[in-house]
Amino acid sequence: MTAGTSPIRPYGDTTGDGMVQLSFTLPMPHSKVAEGAAVQLATKMGMDPALVAHAKQMGEDYTFFVVYGRVNHVVDPGQVEIVERDYPVLTPKEANAAIKRSLRRRLVVVGACIGTDAHTVGIDAILNIKGFAGEKGLEYYRELKVVNLGAQVSVPQLVERAREEGADAVLVSQVVTQRDAHLLNTREMSAAFREAYSPEKRPLLIVGGPRFDEATAGQLGVDRVFTRGTTPGDVASYLVHRLAGPAPARKAS
Amino acid sequence: MARVTTRPAPAKGKLGLDPVTVRQARSLARKVGRPIVRMAQQHTTVSVERATLRLAGLEGADAEGTPWVNRLVDVVRSDVGLEHGVALPVWDALRRAEGADLRELAEKASAGSVTFRLPEGQDAKRARTSAGKAVGAGIKRIDARRKERERLMARIGDAPTTPWIYLIVATGDIYEDIPQAQAAAREGADVIAVIRSTGQSLLDFVPEGPTREGFAGTYATQENFRLMRAALDETSKELGRYVRLTNYASGLCMPEIAALAGLERLDMMLNDSMYGILFRDINPVRTFVDQRFSRQIHARAGIIINTGEDNYLTTADAVEAAHTVTTSQLLNEYFGKEAGLEDWQLGLGHAFEIDPDIPDSFRLELAHAMLARDLFPDAPLKWMPPTRHMTGDVFRGYLLDGFFNLVGALTSQGILLVGMMTEAVVTPWLSDRDLALQNVRYVMNAAGNLREDFRPEPDGFIARRARQVLAETIELLEQIADEPGRAPLLEAIADGTFGLMKRPADQGRGLEGVAEKARGYWNPASELLEAGR
Repeated sequence: MTAGTSPIRPYGDTTGDGMVQLSFTLPMPHSKVAEGAAVQLATKMGMDPALVAHAKQMGEDYTFFVVYGRVNHVVDPGQVEIVERDYPVLTPKEANAAIKRSLRRRLVVVGACIGTDAHTVGIDAILNIKGFAGEKGLEYYRELKVVNLGAQVSVPQLVERAREEGADAVLVSQVVTQRDAHLLNTREMSAAFREAYSPEKRPLLIVGGPRFDEATAGQLGVDRVFTRGTTPGDVASYLVHRLAGPAPARKAS
Repeated sequence: MARVTTRPAPAKGKLGLDPVTVRQARSLARKVGRPIVRMAQQHTTVSVERATLRLAGLEGADAEGTPWVNRLVDVVRSDVGLEHGVALPVWDALRRAEGADLRELAEKASAGSVTFRLPEGQDAKRARTSAGKAVGAGIKRIDARRKERERLMARIGDAPTTPWIYLIVATGDIYEDIPQAQAAAREGADVIAVIRSTGQSLLDFVPEGPTREGFAGTYATQENFRLMRAALDETSKELGRYVRLTNYASGLCMPEIAALAGLERLDMMLNDSMYGILFRDINPVRTFVDQRFSRQIHARAGIIINTGEDNYLTTADAVEAAHTVTTSQLLNEYFGKEAGLEDWQLGLGHAFEIDPDIPDSFRLELAHAMLARDLFPDAPLKWMPPTRHMTGDVFRGYLLDGFFNLVGALTSQGILLVGMMTEAVVTPWLSDRDLALQNVRYVMNAAGNLREDFRPEPDGFIARRARQVLAETIELLEQIADEPGRAPLLEAIADGTFGLMKRPADQGRGLEGVAEKARGYWNPASELLEAGR
């Protein structure tokens, strides 16, 4: 029997016992009926027998339950499909180490909200050291030099600052989607960078915002689109993957 | 100039800290802080000026949602500059009957039909008198709100025990926040904090009206303040204890939000001296100027500030960076007192963020917390729960929160932000909050008085560690004081002494909103706030 390929049940203290624990709240005061309702829920979730180990009323209208029981479900790891990300997620430490190793200088990131979009929530969540979703922003990475231009930056300004700073990557955030402003602005931006830079010198172009489709990077002329739920770690890992990956050590520079 | 403050020799506390060393740390903080205060006195900002207009009663926003205070200050600034303050040009225009009141003046000004001038002679004198009256009325309202709080506390009763239990609500919708806050108060919260929408700190205006949408929090607006305070007043009466309300005076609109908090009787405000600079990249000069004005308001309004030292430990190692917390506490104390705050108003922050896998982590936490307690015996102290090492393993997290509560009990924390075992998993569920409060109650009930019996060995691990952190603090303050220039602290911030961030004084957000005061600068609010001390 190879672990990870044949069907299995949860493990309490005996192989195949199927034991699980569960906790939840029902919106009703504690009573025998409430406990019965808790058992009913557990049974519907596949637990049989289900034992209410703990029930406690909270306030006037809610009861918290802890239920133990055996589930009749079987899981088959052989049937699990996972979508692999095309780059590994790195910790800040790993990202810093990779940049130091392969670039031997700090990686320069220039970020902005372009057009009339004044919503810096997205770019700030990714860049500000404060970060997002419990992850620190890119400013936290010692080996990243972050230049956050803020909101309402024009495309020519962005190109100019990217040049001045010697940007390795340009991050653009777009929240406002009225009349497809986010798509138009992004195309204008990518066209301007293509015009201003030769292909081998052009910084990596990354755009992000809640209404983008990740599959449209090609159409928009950018290297990568990030959408809702992206964390700073995702972006940093991608930057490392593309710009400081385990590339050949010899580099013409 | 060098006002000698004779403070009583600090109570020796449990660690037996050397009073000479403690005095040295304080005088270094003063040395580092004083040039910053001088710089703050020499500058004004758009937000300080807008706060002044808010105190004079200018509320509301135009059709696009831009507050009238922003509109008016922008026009005055483009006509006569910001360096004289807006009070004289604005009340001069009112006296010239350019508008019946501030609101009409703001409307006309933004339509381009008013030209402002800097009045002179008798005109200036008259403008001063009317401005002083109008702004004075706002300060009086703040005074009345403070008295009202004192009266309510006397009549209804205050929180019966310390630490005060601090719980957070954050739905984004003020009308959802209200029942949640009331429920949290009924469950035992002594303090309700309404988390702000992500990014509000970077808005250079205060949104208007009740708001129903936010990113991971609810906008701080005057109307939201009013609605929540009114709801909690009801609940306070029902529960027989006054439930405090907290919000954030931070970011680009610190002075205005402080003014609104005073006007709407908020009770505590998050208000750190350097947080915005380091973590939000707000210009250092802007921050220090805004911070001083906002703290003067808080002092007047009887508001307790909460400082943000916990943030240092979320980015740096909590053992290595322990002295940066103490350093920041000393600076926050200096800046706070300079602005008129009293000890009981200084909710200096610190946090339980040491990696639980390192040996003696609990003893180290206890040493750090005791150091804060002994250094600031009369400050309430705000004790922040673990976040960095909450992994999603809710069972382990629950234990960690228990140890956090135990340190809180042993060191008489004034304000305890309740740790949630589901930190890093979900925004707290009803059951998470209930379990978290059981955790706090168990620890306080079981060990709340343990501090009476507990005194660390004079030369044991805890006492030595506390002395070491204090020594490192002094070293850091000396290093800052040795920086070049007129304001060494600004140099230190610029070269990355705090956190990991380098924040030069000529960069960062909000710099364009700063002006050096001209010779004839006048602000009736500052005058009243300074005089009232």
